[in-house]
Amino acid sequence: MDTIDRLIINQLQSDFPICETPYQVVAERLGLTEACLIERLQALLDNGTLTRFGPLYHAERMGGALTLAAVKVPTERFAEVTALINAFPEVAHNYARSHELNMWFVIATESLDQQQKTITAIEQQTGLRVYNMPKLNEYFVGLKLEA
Amino acid sequence: MFDARDYELLAHVQLGLPLCPRPYEAVGTALDMSEQDVLERLNRLKQQGLIKRLGVIVKHHRLGYRANAMIVWNVPECLIKVLGQRISQFSFVTLCYQRPKQPEWPYNLYCMIHGKDRQTVLAQLEQLNADCGIEHLESAVLFSLRCFKQRGALYQPIDKPSLAHGYY
Repeated sequence: MDTIDRLIINQLQSDFPICETPYQVVAERLGLTEACLIERLQALLDNGTLTRFGPLYHAERMGGALTLAAVKVPTERFAEVTALINAFPEVAHNYARSHELNMWFVIATESLDQQQKTITAIEQQTGLRVYNMPKLNEYFVGLKLEA
Repeated sequence: MFDARDYELLAHVQLGLPLCPRPYEAVGTALDMSEQDVLERLNRLKQQGLIKRLGVIVKHHRLGYRANAMIVWNVPECLIKVLGQRISQFSFVTLCYQRPKQPEWPYNLYCMIHGKDRQTVLAQLEQLNADCGIEHLESAVLFSLRCFKQRGALYQPIDKPSLAHGYY
């Protein structure tokens, strides 16, 4: 990854234009040719620096339900509980974290009802209490990880 | 707020925009929609907030962001809005949420900091705490140790194509 790649990533973490020739617009901003920008993006996707190039949707406004949940997993049961929880298709992200509540995961379902069913099923299968921490408010941040 | 054609469009573009000079025309061709229709729909969906953001989604690790901390505070209800807005302004804060307290879990304000290493993250947190004058609040820092699962397409309705959205 060189300076030009960094420029591209930093520029494209904010909004990609919705117009007839968006790559041309961005390329001009960056002082590149359209062909060069497209080629670079393709390479960044191919080598795995970028996960994706496209839209991020607002789950709740799409009609979905999303929550953050956590469990306290005894050390000796960690592998077993990880496998149980990850097996749920409703579990989107799952992280081990440095705290007594040591496993944190996102549950994404179509409805609140399904969310509750998923939580209950996880509690039954693991025998652990699921702490449900739904979002009450989101404070806007301009998402940017400087490359 | 959105119709079946919008949904088809969202499902089609979620995995990635075509990398060609007229990407929206290419999307339209695939869906039997005019380029103009695609542009109008996407602009509207963006304005309505259904599309939060359009652009690159990076792998944190590949950019050298190896430390990911979730910081939680126990904030008096009357201060939470002001503090949430304040904290979200720091350039290194990537997410900021209010979530409910629980028995044995007294925290209600959450933020994420993605940093190159733990030391940097802790220094940034120290700066944030000092600038906001909240060093005295009860808080905890939860660094991620391992990521077990991370997928983009988050929910998969039975009768509809699945859609990706942003969480982290």
